[in-house]
Amino acid sequence: MYNKITAHIEDHREELERAWKERLTSDSDARIIDIMPEHIFESTSSEFFDIILLNLKDKDREYKEKLQSFSDKVVRLGWPVALVVKGLREFVHTVQENLVQYGSIDKEREGEYLELLDKWMTPFSNEIIQTYAETWEKTVSLQKMALQELSAPLIPVMEQISVMPLVGTIDTERARLVMENLLDGVVSHRSEVVLIDITGVPVVDTMVAHHIIQAAEAVHLVGAKCMLVGIRPEIAQTIVNLGIDLDKFITTSTMKKGVELALEMTGRKIVELEG
Amino acid sequence: MEIQSCVSILNEWDIVAARQLGRNVAKELGFGTVDQARITTAISELARNIYLYAGEGQLCIDRLNENGKAGLRIIALDKGPGIPDIRKVMEDGFSTSGGLGAGLPGVRRLMDDFNIDSNPGEGTDIRATKWLR
Repeated sequence: MYNKITAHIEDHREELERAWKERLTSDSDARIIDIMPEHIFESTSSEFFDIILLNLKDKDREYKEKLQSFSDKVVRLGWPVALVVKGLREFVHTVQENLVQYGSIDKEREGEYLELLDKWMTPFSNEIIQTYAETWEKTVSLQKMALQELSAPLIPVMEQISVMPLVGTIDTERARLVMENLLDGVVSHRSEVVLIDITGVPVVDTMVAHHIIQAAEAVHLVGAKCMLVGIRPEIAQTIVNLGIDLDKFITTSTMKKGVELALEMTGRKIVELEG
Repeated sequence: MEIQSCVSILNEWDIVAARQLGRNVAKELGFGTVDQARITTAISELARNIYLYAGEGQLCIDRLNENGKAGLRIIALDKGPGIPDIRKVMEDGFSTSGGLGAGLPGVRRLMDDFNIDSNPGEGTDIRATKWLR
């Protein structure tokens, strides 16, 4: 029975592929197709079809291994998971319809065939969903790690002066890291002045301000001074509107001015060499 | 005429999503960078309040067009514990969570219109509008 099906698919390949694509585009949820440009759908759907076929013919390898490589390939196509599952389901229907149409199977055994096809496809969709989920989980955890790496470094730029550039959204987790790195760094680098640069922070709301104020107070406790640099004009206005009191801070608009001021505070300045 | 889009606030990162939505709408409507910053900051405050005090809720952005005036309205809805004394939370420096207590009064100053409706045990409905000048 299995061989009969594969033989039939082999013989009517192009016709099946056309019918399958039609099914996929016509009655499917238009939203799924819409996300994908047509030419990409066109080329990847052929590829998807090939992968299914290849998988049918490939009898040498172990079932488990086959399943794995199939789902890996499908995931690499980059289709939305809903479309992939639909693609598999429609494949079963297309083949079954085609088999009946050509009279390759007896009417009374139709159910039996359908069941076989279905049984044969179910592990595929399960495996694919599993692989998708794993891929996502991996991506998320990798990105979390990447985010943590660029979270809040404290850079000693000169004797007694350190800089902490903050880029991106500050959530509770990052705020905690900022505080830790700031205090550790100030002590180990023996910094007198720390510049916190917020040029790259998109929104300074009361929570972000609160965390920065707390960090500055803690820095003050370990005997250093904290300076807030890189305050963009629109951020300055929102801070005023919010009524946040940053009087305890020395603030400057740019890093350059901040560094100059920090040098002054530690009794030094930059001079041009003569000659 | 109103077109609404909403973000569910369930965790801290949804605040970022709400902010992004607000910034995009503000940009589309033609708000300048300063007003964009005001609007996103206000959204950030309101969304964070939902996350901190109610646990979950919704933040919606309306595009308004009244008498030829375009505007953006932020609606923050939750079914949380509600606010027992609204006058108190609108005072600068009042906070129950150890924060700065500048959030709600700050939002009122950042936006043009501000309205708060809250009943203890039922939830809170905050609406704040910024008009395009």
